[in-house]
Amino acid sequence: MLEVANLEVVYNDVVLVLRGLSLNVPDGEIVALLGANGAGKTTALRAITGILDIHEGDITKGSVTFDGEQIDGKDPSAIVRMGIAQVLEGRRIFAEMTVDDNLRAGAFTNTNKASITAAHERVMDLFPVLQGRRKDSAGYLSGGEQQMLAIGRALMADPKLLILDEPTLGLAPMLVQQIRDIIVDINRQDVSVLLIEQNANMALSIANYGYIMETGKVVMDGDPQKLLGDEDVKEFYLGLHSEGERKSFRDVKHYKRRKRWLS
Amino acid sequence: MMPAILVFAEAGGQEAIDKFANATSSGIALGAIYALLALGLVLIYKATQVLNFAHGALAALGAFFAAYLATVLNFPGRYATFLPLTMQWLLSALVAVLITALVGLVLERLAIRPMIGEPLFSVVMITIALDIVIRTITDDFIGNNPRPLGDPWGADVFNVGPAIIAKSEVATLIVTLICLIGIALFFRSRYGVAMRATAFDQEAAMAQGISAGRIFALAWAIGAGLAATAGIFSSLFPRSSIGVSNTTAFFAFRALPAIVIGGLDSITGAVVGGFIVGLAESYAGAYLVGDTWSFLGLGFAGVMPYIVMLVVLIVRPYGLFGTEEIRRV
Ligand SMILES: Nc1ncnc2c1ncn2[C@@H]1O[C@H](COP(=O)(O)OP(=O)(O)OP(=O)(O)O)[C@@H](O)[C@H]1O
Ligand SMILES: [Mg+2]
Repeated sequence: MLEVANLEVVYNDVVLVLRGLSLNVPDGEIVALLGANGAGKTTALRAITGILDIHEGDITKGSVTFDGEQIDGKDPSAIVRMGIAQVLEGRRIFAEMTVDDNLRAGAFTNTNKASITAAHERVMDLFPVLQGRRKDSAGYLSGGEQQMLAIGRALMADPKLLILDEPTLGLAPMLVQQIRDIIVDINRQDVSVLLIEQNANMALSIANYGYIMETGKVVMDGDPQKLLGDEDVKEFYLGLHSEGERKSFRDVKHYKRRKRWLS
Repeated sequence: MMPAILVFAEAGGQEAIDKFANATSSGIALGAIYALLALGLVLIYKATQVLNFAHGALAALGAFFAAYLATVLNFPGRYATFLPLTMQWLLSALVAVLITALVGLVLERLAIRPMIGEPLFSVVMITIALDIVIRTITDDFIGNNPRPLGDPWGADVFNVGPAIIAKSEVATLIVTLICLIGIALFFRSRYGVAMRATAFDQEAAMAQGISAGRIFALAWAIGAGLAATAGIFSSLFPRSSIGVSNTTAFFAFRALPAIVIGGLDSITGAVVGGFIVGLAESYAGAYLVGDTWSFLGLGFAGVMPYIVMLVVLIVRPYGLFGTEEIRRV
């Protein structure tokens, strides 16, 4: 359904950040996109959803197609209307607005009253904690609730594909599990998912397929078993050495960056 | 207010009460116009981060349209002669406001939109250039002599207790209240929610499929419409005895202290600030005159808003309702 082919992205006309990125999200699947800080995961998301402009970024090569239609070059609202919704890194809820108004903002592209009501009900079903907070300022929600609101807001657009950028960042293990389960639930409701994560363990535990990217391109991909079994992945994305202890990243030359959660 | 009235009552009897009541009522009417101006400025500022220096020019342009429609074309009144004259005039004013809103929309599209992504400073410079252009054109339209707006109230006044109130002041206040309610309702609508979202976090709003460009255009249209409304009512008695002239545009700059007092990014602040400035100016005009205060010089009332602004800024650097991390203009 989503196909990214040979994508090259440049910031400010000089900084080459994506160097021939290719990936696929088949209909109905959960695909994990893993990578260290600065690998270009968020940039890939921006390229797919058309928000590179405001970051002075440009696609200089390659293409993005969704359901067979080329979408690179389209503006973000057109892309949302086609059925791609996103949860930005760092939640980015509208803190000064109520929970309900956040959801209404998410439903902006959705002009059909009945379908907005249905989407709202679905969000309330998925996130019962938001039910009692509907009239509260979103800024007063806890971190976990804010992440749920951010996901709920994206679902209000009734997407066919949901892209999440590090949805579990900074959440306690319990909440990570909860978000994980919710992503599975959403996927069961016929929404394909592209899950950008640093938490490889969590992402690979629910994904049908995984990509690992480094300095702007995919360095390894495969089904979760394969990735979880790989020694290098174990070391740098799961925090395990083969002898069960952590090893300095200097020892392995091809991983230049240290993961946040390894330090 | 009560204790103040009592103090004056003791000091000077009925005369003092009259003076206070009159200063208060005209301060409120003046404040309403400042509130309209401030509201338009803050709306554009919040949505686009740009302080619109062409606001006064748009106000004058709107007042000119109203004068032309009401006194020269008699539009749309000539098709609605069955309506009372007041309604006919209000319709002319409404059409003038809508045309000015359209001008705001076009300006945003032609002059502001291409500047998105440029430093904010450059965009503010563009609004200064727009101010000069619109003002020159409007002055040409107006011609050599001021144009009366042909409003149905003229210099009519009536008494409410001790206060003498102009009918046009009542009209100003009612129209302002309608605008405020309209804006409040707008912010609950689909586009209003989208505008608040864009003002808070443009990227996150775009990520939800909200078109920032459309929101900017809408903010400019509403801002220009509010400017026109303020321009029209500031050209009536007792604000002006001659109608819209080449000084009308400068009236808007007197609303600047209002938005600073309220906090640049607060809609509520703009309205409250507008009324504070109106009252301060009116009281200064009523009390800080005569021999005792002659050292202040003539026209001190016009300086008063800036003094209030300084005091507020000393106590609350971000204004009464502003947020702390406010970006620079
Ligand atoms: N607006 C920008 N202008 C210039 N360079 C940028 C911009 N945004 C990101 N970069 C650079 O592009 C590279 C990739 O950044 P990106 O945010 O896509 O990485 P990421 O994989 O999402 O990292 P993280 O895990 O920390 O979120 C980084 O080196 C970053 O410094
Ligand atoms: Mg990122």
